[in-house]
Amino acid sequence: MKKFLAPVLAFCLLAGMASAGQSIRFVASVSPVADAIRALLPDFEKETGITVEMEQLGNEQLSQKLTVEFASGGSGIDVFMIRPLDEARMLKRNGWAVDLSKWLKDDADYDFADYSEGSIQCTSVDGFQTSIPLINECQVIYYRKDVFEKAGVQPPKTFEELEKVAAAVTDKSNERYGFVSRGARNALITQFSSYLYGFGGDFSKDGQALMDTPEAHAAIDYYGRMLRLYGPEGVHNMSWPQAAAIFQQGKGAMYIDASSQYPSMLDPTKSSVADVTGVAMFPAGPTAHAVYDITAWAIGIYSNSQNQDAAWQFVRYMTDKDRTLILQGEYANQCARMSIYNSPEGIKKLPADWVKAVSETGPIGVGHDRPQLTAVAQARDILSEPVTLSIDGKDFKGAAARANQRFQELLDREK
Amino acid sequence: MRTGSWNDRNAYWLFPSAAVFVILLLMVFPLGYTIYNSFTDWSLTSGYGASWVGFRNYIEIFTNDERFWGSVWRTFYFTALAMVVEVVLGVLIAVLFDAKDFRGKRVVRSIFLMAMMATPVAVAMVWMLIFEPTAGILNYIIRATGFQSILDTVGIGKILWITDGVTVIPSLVLVDIWEWTPLISLIVIAGLSTLSREPYESAMVDGASSFQIFFRITLPMIAPTIGVAALLRLVDCLKTFDIIYTMTMGGPGYSSETLNIYTYQTSFQYFNFGYASALLVVFFALVLGVSLIVTYLRRGLED
Repeated sequence: MKKFLAPVLAFCLLAGMASAGQSIRFVASVSPVADAIRALLPDFEKETGITVEMEQLGNEQLSQKLTVEFASGGSGIDVFMIRPLDEARMLKRNGWAVDLSKWLKDDADYDFADYSEGSIQCTSVDGFQTSIPLINECQVIYYRKDVFEKAGVQPPKTFEELEKVAAAVTDKSNERYGFVSRGARNALITQFSSYLYGFGGDFSKDGQALMDTPEAHAAIDYYGRMLRLYGPEGVHNMSWPQAAAIFQQGKGAMYIDASSQYPSMLDPTKSSVADVTGVAMFPAGPTAHAVYDITAWAIGIYSNSQNQDAAWQFVRYMTDKDRTLILQGEYANQCARMSIYNSPEGIKKLPADWVKAVSETGPIGVGHDRPQLTAVAQARDILSEPVTLSIDGKDFKGAAARANQRFQELLDREK
Repeated sequence: MRTGSWNDRNAYWLFPSAAVFVILLLMVFPLGYTIYNSFTDWSLTSGYGASWVGFRNYIEIFTNDERFWGSVWRTFYFTALAMVVEVVLGVLIAVLFDAKDFRGKRVVRSIFLMAMMATPVAVAMVWMLIFEPTAGILNYIIRATGFQSILDTVGIGKILWITDGVTVIPSLVLVDIWEWTPLISLIVIAGLSTLSREPYESAMVDGASSFQIFFRITLPMIAPTIGVAALLRLVDCLKTFDIIYTMTMGGPGYSSETLNIYTYQTSFQYFNFGYASALLVVFFALVLGVSLIVTYLRRGLED
């Protein structure tokens, strides 16, 4: 009887523990890394007895939901995903995020120092660790090897070459576009940033707006011209999903966007040209070779969460070395832990040219791809205006001066 | 006893009080609160609470905000274009349905009304595919019918529909027309069916032509009905949000940003609720003003 009772009791106890176990609410983005985390949830739940309710939302909707729920004060969210360059400052400023440093300090096993310097800069605001970097991205060129071969061109190394190559591979009558990138207001700013750096400019420096400088003018002119002459029709309404689709349908010869998109660019079920797609490093500008290299997604904990310890358990689990190895090695996300790149397991699913482009970008990386302030969305809209005009081939100088002034007002407001 | 008589004495305001309470709660309070907010600099992301700034938001709107004036112009451009076509087309279709009897008329009428029943977001998604410059069916038809070569020779080239700053509003209007003309027709058909037959009979006896009958009898008699239908559409047109937001988000650039879209961006993208409230109050005043003018004109028409 006793023999029979013991396992039953043990089972009841376990079952009781599981049902009495905590539950946390995790609000995530619609992205490959969030999908991978979802796939790892059952393991986490089995190991810890903590149940995770996970919701996934589009970028804009996610940002809105977090802001509105946190501002109302009564949110049931425990763990969230953010785009740190968009939301980290806002979270810190409003006291909505937990400073994760307290858990990171004495956790040798976790080894937070393993994260790349740039990714830590992206996610911390004045020493306040708002979140843990999940994936990094830098700007790269996706190009059609077959088209390049036929045209007898190599991936461009400078802006000058980029324009020549784009001209050589553009064939508008056959719907082949040499230069596919974002043209939609707001969305275009991040992809425009590396051109700005290449011409020696930046959005702002020390609280001073710099969008009405000769460097900025050169970048606006160049980016607008490239899209106008070698870009697809309807580029004005293209954020990355629309632009990526053009390339995936075989209508683009070059697509310049974030390195983190390569899973969908090199997946034959998503792209009809996956087998002939190559990856190359973003070219050098006339003044500098500087390319954005940032943390695209990070994971953090809400300051009013009632389950902060369970929430940290979850965040730690999903970002420790073992899981990062899975997220990058199995699910091919571009993670921010440096040690993973030295392990053959960590790069086995990553194509060699992609690894080369990304690791070469590391040393010349710039830690932001958009204006750095709390009102990012508004600043992005404002600064898009001259670029939009430039795409149409119109005079953008007046608009650049106006945009610069409005941007300065925003910067001043946050001083 | 006493309460009973008290109730009896005050029944005339006791009974509607529930309705008055609900109206106060659901209409007057939000409006009052928005007006209050419009005098503050409440921003959700600034980290500070709202503070009273007087008329600063309004001064900013009227003196230093070109995006506002652009969106006001586009709101009226969109509305005027949509209204004219919808009313003319809607009345013509209604008259056609009313005059002609043919087999399957009811079926055709039901199909015709279906556009109106569809979810605007779904309608917008479908139209995005139709408008797609390279793969969309609209440009395919233009190419297949040889119309493209005419466009090329006159120098217009390929029509880019919602991705070009010039054609974006007319393209959006086209969707609005497709979806909402049936509403005008529906109301006008109802109006036509109530008209008495006598004026028609005497006109025919007097030998009036069908044009004369339409312009001298039908149109004046259904003018009030058309007025109601137009007013309904007018207010909705001014407030159009779903199709514009789904199809262009106000783009390219700001080329299709109406006042409603701008207000949405200000509140839910920039989280400047104070400024957005001021925009909303101005918007409310505009819609109210236009409706009052139209109502006044209509009254003049009826008299």
